[in-house]
Amino acid sequence: MAFMQIIKPGTNIDFIHLRWAALVFSWILIAIGIGSFIYHGGPNYGIDFTGGVMVHLRFNKATAIGEIRDALTPARLGDSTIQDFGAGGSEYLVRLPVEASETKGISDTVTEALANKFGKDSFEVLRVELVGPRVGKELRQRALLAVGFATLLMGTYIWIRFQFRFGVGAAVALVHDVLITAGALSLVNYEIDLTAVAALLTVVGFSVHDTVIVCDRIRENMRKSRRETMAKIINRSINETLSRTVLTTGTAILVILSLFFLGGNVIRGFAFTLLVGFIIGTYSSIFIASPIVLWMEPARGKARPQPVAAAGRGR
Amino acid sequence: MKNQSLFYRTLLIAGLVVVAIIYLTPTFAPELPDFWKEYLPSQRIHLGLDLQGGTHLVMTVDVNKAIENSLDHMIEELKREGKDAKVNIEGAERKDSSLQVTVNNAERDQFTDLVKDRFPNLQIANSSTEDGTASMQLVFTKREEQHLRESALDQSLETIRNRIDQFGVSEPIIQREGSQDILIQLPGIQDPQRAKELIGRTAVLEFKLLADIPSTEDYISGRKPLPPGTEILSGGETDRTGGRGTAPPKYLLEAKTLMTGETISDARVRPPTQTAGPYVSLEFNARGARQFEDITGANVGRRLAIILDNKVYSAPVIKDRIPGGHAMIEGNFDIKEARDLAIVLRAGALPAPVHVAEERTVGPSLGKDSIRQGITSFIVGGSLVVVFMLIYYKFAGVLADMALIFNVLFLLAALTAMQGTLTMPGIAGIVLTIGMAVDANVLINERIREELRLGKTPRAAIDAGYQRALPAILDTNTNSFLAGLILFQFGTGPVRGFAFTLCIGLISSVFTAVVCTRVVYDYLLTYRRLQTVSV
Repeated sequence: MAFMQIIKPGTNIDFIHLRWAALVFSWILIAIGIGSFIYHGGPNYGIDFTGGVMVHLRFNKATAIGEIRDALTPARLGDSTIQDFGAGGSEYLVRLPVEASETKGISDTVTEALANKFGKDSFEVLRVELVGPRVGKELRQRALLAVGFATLLMGTYIWIRFQFRFGVGAAVALVHDVLITAGALSLVNYEIDLTAVAALLTVVGFSVHDTVIVCDRIRENMRKSRRETMAKIINRSINETLSRTVLTTGTAILVILSLFFLGGNVIRGFAFTLLVGFIIGTYSSIFIASPIVLWMEPARGKARPQPVAAAGRGR
Repeated sequence: MKNQSLFYRTLLIAGLVVVAIIYLTPTFAPELPDFWKEYLPSQRIHLGLDLQGGTHLVMTVDVNKAIENSLDHMIEELKREGKDAKVNIEGAERKDSSLQVTVNNAERDQFTDLVKDRFPNLQIANSSTEDGTASMQLVFTKREEQHLRESALDQSLETIRNRIDQFGVSEPIIQREGSQDILIQLPGIQDPQRAKELIGRTAVLEFKLLADIPSTEDYISGRKPLPPGTEILSGGETDRTGGRGTAPPKYLLEAKTLMTGETISDARVRPPTQTAGPYVSLEFNARGARQFEDITGANVGRRLAIILDNKVYSAPVIKDRIPGGHAMIEGNFDIKEARDLAIVLRAGALPAPVHVAEERTVGPSLGKDSIRQGITSFIVGGSLVVVFMLIYYKFAGVLADMALIFNVLFLLAALTAMQGTLTMPGIAGIVLTIGMAVDANVLINERIREELRLGKTPRAAIDAGYQRALPAILDTNTNSFLAGLILFQFGTGPVRGFAFTLCIGLISSVFTAVVCTRVVYDYLLTYRRLQTVSV
């Protein structure tokens, strides 16, 4: 039988052996993320969570950021930030803080100020988003709650369907994925807004998806061969599912890349979050969730003889 | 038995495909025949505001203001009832959301009884006595307060709905959200700023007399303290009597409101004439007409100010008693402003001011760009996956691709049938579904390969492949579905669209990947005596 194969059957990579290296690697990634948070002065929340006004503009021709700033200065709009939105200097995001009382007409003031300098027909307002302080606070709470709740629920689901330690492994892997992905967002200075959180939740779903596949195989192999050490079983299970893991993550990344490059500016941050999250999610199923299942191996299990526990703790 | 089950499964799939195509036809067909509109579903896929352009607004109703307004009314009533009951109310004023009332200490019990008997919606929260004067703090009962909040919100909703209907927006969504917000979605509007102003205007119309005092300039400029019972209001932005650029004039008015806009039965725009710009003509109902006649009759020669939201629009001299219940509002406005003014006057005032708590406006060109980019990434991403599966799995790849196509078909049909909203993240969700839906087929195919390597016959390998892959497929999809539900709960608008497509995609992908592909294998095994599996 000639199958086309990316991962040859009988592949036997000693993933468990690599778990310490992986641990160091993960901590480095997390540290980079945290470092980036500190460097940028905390998470870069979008107006969804801080409250504020965002005006997305498209100019007829490339316009320098300084010119836009000059145009806005006379309007005395306060602390505005202007961001090049990556369309050859013709699209910009203008962000402004918003006072609780004065929510009307800010975007109007912006367009008027720009029209005064550039002329009314030289630009177009593509998007206006305004989030009042109260809504921003609510959304922030809801986002935190959603990510936390999702992690717990996923962990619990796996606990019920498999075993407690599988659930712990999955939940820890999820926290790991969310931390690293959020760090990556900070590193490239993308905003954490509603869609980014939606992407994070999708990453949570995908990461568990992957963990389930590996756990399912571990459970199956535990039933099949009761005398093997847990470390060996886990290793074998990861290797057996490796082909599937590579294929599925591969096709998912194919479509995400397509979204990233062709889906337009509005969706790019979303696609980026998915891209990083899916790669990390796949990695964490193998290198984080599985070793935790091993570490949490009960010291005296009926089905598992003593040496297994020793092997699990040792090395 | 086997054949029968295969027959029914084939029938089920064929039926679903037909239904899906029927649901999708209206979206893709430029025009539907008459019998279709009569008997078959004709709704199209509903595009979210981020794709078709439009404005999403969350307006917060300042319900506390509504309570304060009601308290202000209570002062008048308390005084009147107090007079009837021979209780001398020495002072009554509102402080935030309570009334501060002072009476002679001797009449204190009488007043307490009066409140109990006549004002069941008020309660005395605090009282103190000093120098023979009792001061009491009155507040609304919790129940009354709740009622006032609710009705302020409901009334605001009704009024806003009226205004939007008259403004003319197709398929607007206007609904309550939580305890103080109103959600408004206006698809495809061209001038969001104007719509926002129209919705946000409180539109309280009042008629007051200009103070009949000599040298009002001194009071307005603040050189002399205001005489009691008067107030200063400025002219509206449209009052440009001094020409553009000059500050609007200020008026010294008697503070008493003679009449409000409550009795307006109609308001219409009148076209501009040679001498004046467009104006708004008002008609009052019978009660209002009588009121207006009395007021004008009693004040001939004085100036009557027409005030909207505390801005004086005009202050014409009353030349004569005006019977018949007609009035007009002149101001220096253009035809659009006059039209919007007529709308808000017809639709009535808001019971409390509203503020924009959230706004998301997408211009039409960005929406079109998004649709185009969404479709491009869908086609490119989808094709990559399809081609990859073909190369990697050959015949099993064909099956997986067939499952994929059915999946997209069912997903879009379900979206239409369930009246879901397709948003930009929703399109991303569909693209992502394609990338992830193949997982089920990958799981199955990898299993079949494993079983074949163990030397099983095609039939046994296929059986075992499906059977053993199924638990993992169900587990992973249930899990992702749960994540999708949380996402739906958490998200608003576009994010919900994403969660929606993701969840439907999961259900339909399990069906297409497991049931649809299996039918083909079973057919081949049963009728074609399949000897080798190309996987």
